[in-house]
Amino acid sequence: MLADKDRIFTNLYGFQPWNLEAARKRGDWEDTKSLLAGGPDAIIDAIKASGLRGRGGAGFPTGMKWSFMPKTPNPARPSYLVINADESEPGSCKDREIIRHDPHKLIEGALVAGFAMRATAAYIYIRGEYIREAETLFAAVREAYAAGLIGKNACGSGYDFDVVVHRGAGAYICGEETAMLESLEGKKGQPRLKPPFPAGAGLYGNPTTVNNVESIAVAPTILRRGPAWFAAIGRPKNEGTKLFQISGHVNKPCVVEEAMGLPFRELIDTHCGGIRGGWDNLLAVIPGGSSVPLVPADQIADAPMDFDGLKDLKSGLGTAAVIVMDKSTDIVRAIARLSYFYKHESCGQCTPCREGTGWMWRVMERLVTGDAEPHEIDLLLEVTTEIEGHTICALGDAAAWPIQGLIRHFRPEIEGRIARRKGFIQVPEMIAAE
Amino acid sequence: MADIAPGPVAPFEGPFGWTPDNAAEADRIIALYPEGRQASAVMPLLWLAQGQMADATGSAWLPVPVIEFVANQVGMPYIRVYEVASFYTMYNLAPVGRYHVQVCGTTPCQLRGSDDIMRACKDKGLKKGANTPDGLFTLSEVECLGACANAPMVQINADNYEDLTYETMTAIIDALARGETPAAGSQIGRTASCPEGGPTTLVEFA
Repeated sequence: MLADKDRIFTNLYGFQPWNLEAARKRGDWEDTKSLLAGGPDAIIDAIKASGLRGRGGAGFPTGMKWSFMPKTPNPARPSYLVINADESEPGSCKDREIIRHDPHKLIEGALVAGFAMRATAAYIYIRGEYIREAETLFAAVREAYAAGLIGKNACGSGYDFDVVVHRGAGAYICGEETAMLESLEGKKGQPRLKPPFPAGAGLYGNPTTVNNVESIAVAPTILRRGPAWFAAIGRPKNEGTKLFQISGHVNKPCVVEEAMGLPFRELIDTHCGGIRGGWDNLLAVIPGGSSVPLVPADQIADAPMDFDGLKDLKSGLGTAAVIVMDKSTDIVRAIARLSYFYKHESCGQCTPCREGTGWMWRVMERLVTGDAEPHEIDLLLEVTTEIEGHTICALGDAAAWPIQGLIRHFRPEIEGRIARRKGFIQVPEMIAAE
Repeated sequence: MADIAPGPVAPFEGPFGWTPDNAAEADRIIALYPEGRQASAVMPLLWLAQGQMADATGSAWLPVPVIEFVANQVGMPYIRVYEVASFYTMYNLAPVGRYHVQVCGTTPCQLRGSDDIMRACKDKGLKKGANTPDGLFTLSEVECLGACANAPMVQINADNYEDLTYETMTAIIDALARGETPAAGSQIGRTASCPEGGPTTLVEFA
């Protein structure tokens, strides 16, 4: 278990106020000027050395991403930092806690990261449904401006840096970085073809980097305590601390900061009061938000919770949104509901996704009741592979993977439902002998 | 897209114009974006307009004259602004009730019993995708609202009600119908997303 002294988000639950005065007592904004004094490249080198990988799901090395930005920006094409606070992945609820309880960590991080990538402004794109959270963030930004921490001559560093909070309005797809840029420009949130990548032509056609809230909010603490401190937590290539969000069938769902690579069992037993009904009652876990394939109980129980540990299980860490399902779960229905989610959130731009997500959902609904032919399972699996990788953004992939995970691990369950409905077999549903 | 189908809708007797406060707020918002990029302000202005409609008429929605007004202010063709208003679920293109009850039905909430929450709403006479005859409630099933560690939850206008049961959801609807404002947040007394019964970390801060 991570020691309290190594926790970054010391006001995760809001036991203390979020405001500037309280944030300063927690160490935020403490001599930020000296963090900037070494120049942009020193910050990028420190973040690289810390091993920080993007906390939004893909796990791309953050320092490297920052280094893609132009070193000598053209004044006619200013660089921008866009912070992705469009937290909409089912299961994810960590950025919300940062924004409503520790917003100054995010704003200070925006300054530090923006300075490192030589940006003139940060746009924080917060999902529309976070209405109260946005109110807090607006107020925190006003406080920071009033105290001279951002704006002209930010923190007395001689650097001018603006922070603008922009609210979304209820579209999951705007969490995709280029859709977010479209939305910021006042359009429908439909992803752009890449290349050009945002670092070349992003917001308003200018160089832009899009980072997750958590990646940005941890940066000042990493710089203060040194990259070696951060890199010493977790496993190689999976360093640092992470906000885990545990929902579903645990006794005490919660959000908690832990070391990367903590075994699943320890995470659940330490912070969540165990699995509802005990460990023998665990059916499956979606370890990284709805887009990653589920992992059955026997494989996940002692697996390390980090990028590579879960990749080995053909799943992923994603946003570390851990959705736990016990044996009372109708697993086919649970995944079918995710298929509905992707059908609902497809932006409609690419045909495979627009048509495919609806088609997959309709088949999934029939699989829930068993009203299908056995060969349709393979047909569905084939269609998922036709959608995956054939769309502009990853929403098509994200819609395909949960279904692939279900068929990979629970095919007998689906076949059993079809057979029972057809009356091929007369056995009752399997009931555990307890 | 929202479950509520656009049109046919109640007529809106325009014209629409900002209140003095909102006019100043609209100018402030437009000034946040770089010169020539005032189209970026279209989403905040639509939201501001929807809020003004709620204050003025009791229903937070965007009739055509309001969309036209916003389009003129940011210098965009009406159809581009209509595209935006119809793309994002939080812009209501048809009138909604005074309380828009948005039940999260996505898997993390479903696992924790969102079926019961939906049933509580229906038992109180709310109908999915429709307004109650008294104009008080609209019921929608929405996709993940990002409070999964506090599932199941609903958002009613600007506030989240979390850790719900059939009984607490019923009590919230009853309270709203009586004109009260029930306390938002966790309905079982949890602090935010802290584990029930107290934190397992940073105990000295609690």
